[in-house]
Amino acid sequence: MAETTQIEEIKPPITDVGVIGWLRQHLFNGLFSSIATLLILGFLVRVIPQFIQWAFIDSVWFTSGQECHQAEGACWSVITQNIRFTIFGYFPYEHQWRPLVAMIILVGMLIYSREWDRWNKRLGYVWIFALFVMGLLMKGGLFGLVPVESTKWSGLPLTLLLSFFGILASYPLGVMLALGRQSQMPIIKSLCVVYIEMIRGVPLITMLFMSSVMFPLFLPEGVTIDKVLRAQAAIILFTAAYIAEVVRGGLQAMDRGQYEAAESLGLNYFQMMRMIILPQALKIVIPPTVGILISAFKDTSLVVIIALYDILNTTKSVLSEPEWTGFSTEAYIFIAMIFYVCCFSMSQYSRRIEKQLEYKHTPNQES
Amino acid sequence: MASEQTNNAKTYFWNDEKTRAIIYQIVTAAFVAFIGYYLISNVQTNMEKQSIASGFGFIEKEAAFEIGESLVEYSAADTYGRALLVGVLNTLKVSLVGMILTTILGTIIGVCTLSSNWLISKFGTMYVELFQNIPVLLQLFFFYALFYEIFPAPRQALNPVTGVFITNRGIDFPVPAPDPAWGYIGLAFVAACIVIWLVNRWAVKRQERSGQQFPMFWVGLGILIGLPLLTWILNGAPTQMDVPVLKGFNFQGGRNISPEFSALLIGLVLYTASFIAQIVRAGIQSISHGQTEAAMSIGLKPGMVLKLVIFPQALRVIVPPLTSQLLNLTKNSSLAVAIGYPDFVQVAGTTINQTGQAVEGVAMMMVVYLTFSLLTSAFMNWYNKKIKIVER
Repeated sequence: MAETTQIEEIKPPITDVGVIGWLRQHLFNGLFSSIATLLILGFLVRVIPQFIQWAFIDSVWFTSGQECHQAEGACWSVITQNIRFTIFGYFPYEHQWRPLVAMIILVGMLIYSREWDRWNKRLGYVWIFALFVMGLLMKGGLFGLVPVESTKWSGLPLTLLLSFFGILASYPLGVMLALGRQSQMPIIKSLCVVYIEMIRGVPLITMLFMSSVMFPLFLPEGVTIDKVLRAQAAIILFTAAYIAEVVRGGLQAMDRGQYEAAESLGLNYFQMMRMIILPQALKIVIPPTVGILISAFKDTSLVVIIALYDILNTTKSVLSEPEWTGFSTEAYIFIAMIFYVCCFSMSQYSRRIEKQLEYKHTPNQES
Repeated sequence: MASEQTNNAKTYFWNDEKTRAIIYQIVTAAFVAFIGYYLISNVQTNMEKQSIASGFGFIEKEAAFEIGESLVEYSAADTYGRALLVGVLNTLKVSLVGMILTTILGTIIGVCTLSSNWLISKFGTMYVELFQNIPVLLQLFFFYALFYEIFPAPRQALNPVTGVFITNRGIDFPVPAPDPAWGYIGLAFVAACIVIWLVNRWAVKRQERSGQQFPMFWVGLGILIGLPLLTWILNGAPTQMDVPVLKGFNFQGGRNISPEFSALLIGLVLYTASFIAQIVRAGIQSISHGQTEAAMSIGLKPGMVLKLVIFPQALRVIVPPLTSQLLNLTKNSSLAVAIGYPDFVQVAGTTINQTGQAVEGVAMMMVVYLTFSLLTSAFMNWYNKKIKIVER
């Protein structure tokens, strides 16, 4: 008969569990790690209080520029006192509610459309209507709204406009270029290859220069296209080449059997692409596509160089006023935060979609 | 037979796939050619109307504008051609230095994000998140503003290390005073590199033949330090330094890095490093742990595991995206124009403004950057082929 003795449960040593264990495992595992931890902690202890002192305790929030120059800490007044100019730029002051409403509609529509299961025909019509309303708000001229020239569009609405339409229009163009590059027809293929490789080989600035100084020469006499539209075209043409490369990756990842199956069903080229290949290929490449869209969003800031007043340039012109010179750090931190929030939420969205896709692609391996 | 005939009878020529392809292509080519012709004819009429010269004749003319910094002799009396050359060299300077620094920084941060130390890995992740999500142009403005707003005038210069001064006029640091010895030391350094390459080849061959290993690292280090050191001593060991000294309102002597160059370099390096860090992390993570275990089980030491097994495989994953990031750095260096560093785009922009020849100017910009891109990708393709997996 086996004797059952109660063996006393031995607890792990106190240094291996709980707070101490975590600290040992994650901060002080080994000599090098411990030294690095101490160095970083020392650095943080020195820097964080100084930063808090500068940014919050000694800072001023709602004063004039003169008082700012006397203050010890950060001058957040440079933002609060100029917020309307920074955001809306040269849009007529009394009509600035219009771009505000347009931006709210855009952001609201984007947030609503983030779930795939809401994508249907009705949403498409709502989008068309919303775009019409936004255009009307910006441009005016109907229903008693005072017309505003597009040269007056500036600040955050311009940034959003350039990036949103840049992304919207470059996507189908990029898909077409990718299909052209995969095509069997040598002339079409080489035209697409030359276009894609040429655009990807030059910086966006050269495209913007082209749109601002060279493009007017291309137009017949008497025809002028305004600057915003030209910059918009440059951004679209530029982004399309990058999207084309990403989409090509998706097309190449498709199984040969998909093409063969579609052809054996008797579908012609366009039906095959529209119904079989593209829906799958575009889905695979959503994460890298979002990456391209994020960089397109960041790249719209380059229009500063051709003297368009996006949010970065309105900030710069606030800083060039004598009253507000010397507070670049504060102003740039504010703009950086706006960009950071937009880009970060886009990349989070991409990560979420990536997870959903992983789940959908491996239903058999789950079990 | 019969069925074939009926098939033939039904097939009109516009339903034949090959004929269709040819028709599509002819239509596309004609369309592109027409657009091209239309635009070019417009350009010609417009240029005649505005009496703008065409062609590259302006390259021979006097530029009549100053350039802030230059690697070669340049004055306003020189030609546009020389001014453009100065621009190309300035672009190359910032790109090459930036590529080296950003690869090093990106690798360090990439390894940091994988660290088992919680603080270090959090620091790495935060760095990547922060610098990736802010436009590089904004970062350039920020660092440039640091120089002209936060950093003091030369009289109150920051002095982090003896002899190095940081002011709103840039960074001043000492260099060895001119002496013929430094030229010889440079030659000795080049000679050392060649000797190391030869010894390494011999060592590899010997190991393949006999299995004997050669302490290449230590011997190489010895040659690399020893040979220049020997030259230095033989030349009488000159220790004279050219130290920056405050005279009047600015520093004299030593070497100065302009605030424009510093801001551009810092911005580009920090921004690109955040992308390279991600690439390096993905590369290391792509090697399965089984590789490490297998390498250990055949008796390799940890250092050798990293050198012979993990690193060569990770490099294969890392190199292609790394290439495109380094190319991006080169292309982003064109943002110099926004903070006034005289790179190629800046000089070409001034040329366009002065001569009005926009078509030629923009064409030159495109050609120069395309050349950089093609050269970089040719080099990287060669390298990629060299480290490619040898399959049976």
